[in-house]
Amino acid sequence: MRCRKCKERAVLEIPRHHTAFCKTCFTEFVHAQIERAITEEKMFTKTDRVLVAVSGGKDSLSLLDILRKLEYRADAFYVDLGIGEYSRQSKAKVEHFTLTRGIPLYVHELKEDEGAGINDLADLVHRPTCSVCGTLKRYHFNRTAVELGYNVLATGHNLDDEASRLFGNVLHWQTEYLEKQGPTLPASVEGFAKKVKPLFRLAEREIAAYAIVNKIDYIVEECPNSKGAKMLLYKDILNRLESESPGTKQAFYWGFLAKQKSEERTRPSMAEQDQASLRPCATCGQPTTAEICSYCKLMARAKKDGPAPVGS
Amino acid sequence: MKVLLNHPVREVEVKGPRRVKELLQELSLLPEAVLVVRGDDLVTGDDLLRDEDRVEIRPVMSGG
Repeated sequence: MRCRKCKERAVLEIPRHHTAFCKTCFTEFVHAQIERAITEEKMFTKTDRVLVAVSGGKDSLSLLDILRKLEYRADAFYVDLGIGEYSRQSKAKVEHFTLTRGIPLYVHELKEDEGAGINDLADLVHRPTCSVCGTLKRYHFNRTAVELGYNVLATGHNLDDEASRLFGNVLHWQTEYLEKQGPTLPASVEGFAKKVKPLFRLAEREIAAYAIVNKIDYIVEECPNSKGAKMLLYKDILNRLESESPGTKQAFYWGFLAKQKSEERTRPSMAEQDQASLRPCATCGQPTTAEICSYCKLMARAKKDGPAPVGS
Repeated sequence: MKVLLNHPVREVEVKGPRRVKELLQELSLLPEAVLVVRGDDLVTGDDLLRDEDRVEIRPVMSGG
């Protein structure tokens, strides 16, 4: 197979775009998709300070690599969840990546700061590990970005992540979550960094291909806690649809975004809704809809129920 | 040829020559969910794999 642009040997076929690219043209294609996402969704400019939440996986390391190559002011933030060998390996990948490229890296250690790893914390509060992990990461991503003076927090969510999340929310009619499924969430109140997902135009397979083509050493191993996760089932179902009918995932998610945009004028903006519903958490000061934010509630419960001091 | 698979990591022996898409069919793998790497290079569905090739099938799905 030959590259559609330059006729060199192709390394990746992209059926949803009826095309195939060589290494060089594929890298250019990925960069162009990211630039388009950043510009069209008004994510950030070259003067903004962007903190990229990195996990050691293909998506977040590729995102950081691309933003740096496109000359954005992007640095890295890693949360060490304390999941044994998996966390040790993923942290090593992040440290190697940032050190060899001279990128500033900030690390939050759950075991040091919360007093326990993610699995022990989930056991203490009797909640699913992935749910506790989501609460903790969202909290630390935002808090660290704001405290360190970054006005934008970027994550490596790709088209497959967003399409499968939308699929799950629609399957269960969780319409209250749909509003926040866009690729840009505004810094609507004091204490919130803007949240962006610059990879939303690219499929998971394209990001993995980018990482391989550009020799990004990422952790291939999956988080042991994700075994049997619903999100993987939804991704598998969407991939089956995509194989039969290329373009299904982008039609589903991008179509949803277009519908949301067309309805923007008929309802209050997300910033207006946030300003009406959010207030500072009585314990930590982070924005929340309740008196105490979900992170502080979780930590209070862990301290109360825990056999050893937690987070002290 | 030796084919390295992930999740869990294992190696299988497959007789060549055969096209990448045929290999995926034989292993019941969805092309959308994996990438095929020969040596250090990505290969596409119609590339021919030979007995002497060392091939890795890299899954692309992560927990999200």
